Amino acid sequence: MRRIISLNTLDLRETAKHGGHGECQTSCQSACKTSCGVANQDCAAPAER
Amino acid sequence: MIHQYKLNGYNIVIDTYSGAVHVVDDLAYDMIALFEEKSEAQIHAAMAEQHPEISEADIQETYNAIRKLKEDKQLFTEDSFKDLSFNLKKRKTYLKALCLNVAHTCNLTCDYCFASQGKYHGERALMSEEVGKRAIDFLIENSGFHRNLDVDFFGGEPLMNWKVVKKIVAYARGKEAASKKNFRFTLTTNGLLLNDEVIDFLNKEMHNVVLSLDGRKEVHDRLRKTINGKGSYDYIVPKFQKFVQKRGDKEYYIRGTYTHNNVDFTNDIFHMADLGFDRLSMEPVITDPKEPYALTNEDLPEIYHQYEILAKEMLRRNAEGNGFIFYHYMLNLSEGPCIQKRISGCGSGTEYLAVTPTGELFPCHQFVGDASSSLGNVWDGLKNTELQEQFKESNCYSKPECQDCWAKLYCSGGCPANSYHVTGSINGNYPFSCDVFRKRIECAMMIKVAESMHELEKSDQVVQ
Repeated sequence: MRRIISLNTLDLRETAKHGGHGECQTSCQSACKTSCGVANQDCAAPAER
Repeated sequence: MIHQYKLNGYNIVIDTYSGAVHVVDDLAYDMIALFEEKSEAQIHAAMAEQHPEISEADIQETYNAIRKLKEDKQLFTEDSFKDLSFNLKKRKTYLKALCLNVAHTCNLTCDYCFASQGKYHGERALMSEEVGKRAIDFLIENSGFHRNLDVDFFGGEPLMNWKVVKKIVAYARGKEAASKKNFRFTLTTNGLLLNDEVIDFLNKEMHNVVLSLDGRKEVHDRLRKTINGKGSYDYIVPKFQKFVQKRGDKEYYIRGTYTHNNVDFTNDIFHMADLGFDRLSMEPVITDPKEPYALTNEDLPEIYHQYEILAKEMLRRNAEGNGFIFYHYMLNLSEGPCIQKRISGCGSGTEYLAVTPTGELFPCHQFVGDASSSLGNVWDGLKNTELQEQFKESNCYSKPECQDCWAKLYCSGGCPANSYHVTGSINGNYPFSCDVFRKRIECAMMIKVAESMHELEKSDQVVQ
């Protein structure tokens, strides 16, 4: 029986090597305007990972 | 750092610094809770007592699996981002987004408006074509390596300055090829002035459109009134439905605000969905605690309950094929934002600025009208570099209250404007907002877990 199942997630430590290109949407430009959420955004260039 | 919680029948463990997410059974859940505190022998003894039905071999196997996850840096991962956080503070930043407040006036008089019915505590004003064009040039000139530039038409009600919106868009489009920039426009509207011409233009030019609706008619009309004091629901809902029908696959959000008057806000979200809208957002009101509609700490248990109702109902509707998107439950676990984005946050004051009708620059739309937060103007550029440095240096590593928070890499330390308005400092802490945010992430993650488990059951492939 499987007691631990790990979801397919991006390793944040790996993103440190190639991230920060800044082409993603500015978070408050979407449907926010009164809070700060960044985790719900997509990377604009996942192919670069 | 980890966060573990139980929701909707799932035991979920989030590893803060790797971003890993694990779904575990009760044995593993209890073992993980003790793993960093107790010795191996103590954990074995405790598990044997708590789970007498489980064999010693199974307990050992589970212990080994947890230890392997830790060795692989998928559990109890150490924070390796402090240096990166320091470097981000020192980096050269370039502008990538402007919020153009094209109309400091509004045709609604919403009680809770943070912009003081569009006036931002000042005089009514419309942005001229000249200021708008200069703002576009200012953005291009200061955008450095950024190729994608975001421009948001905001207010007040931006459609009250419709002709200028169109001219600014045309001007920016005309600059794209020569400057090698790509403009992504967004417009936020209360919908009163939507007509066929506006709808067609928005659907052609706007990357995203945000339509303000608070939900049920009685909830919406209570606070979102016309200047004659009448509710606006009946005017705008048919317009929004027409807009969305013609929108196709392009991005839009029906965005509402919930208050102390409708803590049962999921009924408003479900109402939006039942009207045929499938991209929804609903945010807690940000206002003076003295206002009768201000949310209170006493509302929190019900707010938590509502977010759980929402998550479970979304799963149910998705399974039935009539699901909808909720903005704050969107999580892209496999192709989401990089750690640099997660630390540096919304970019207010550095990558993102607001422009008033007269061309004055502020760190974001929520600072407009606060004279001490003025950064300069679109002609002379950024003059208040001391204030800009404060924004540049503010992130989840600069806020003491964030240090022990498992969710800090999901919110980047929260909204600087909310912190400023509640505590007087952009590095302050707004506990109510943090509590709501953490609950939303818990629910959003539960949905991702449920979807993943469903996929797993379908494929019958288990990956550890």
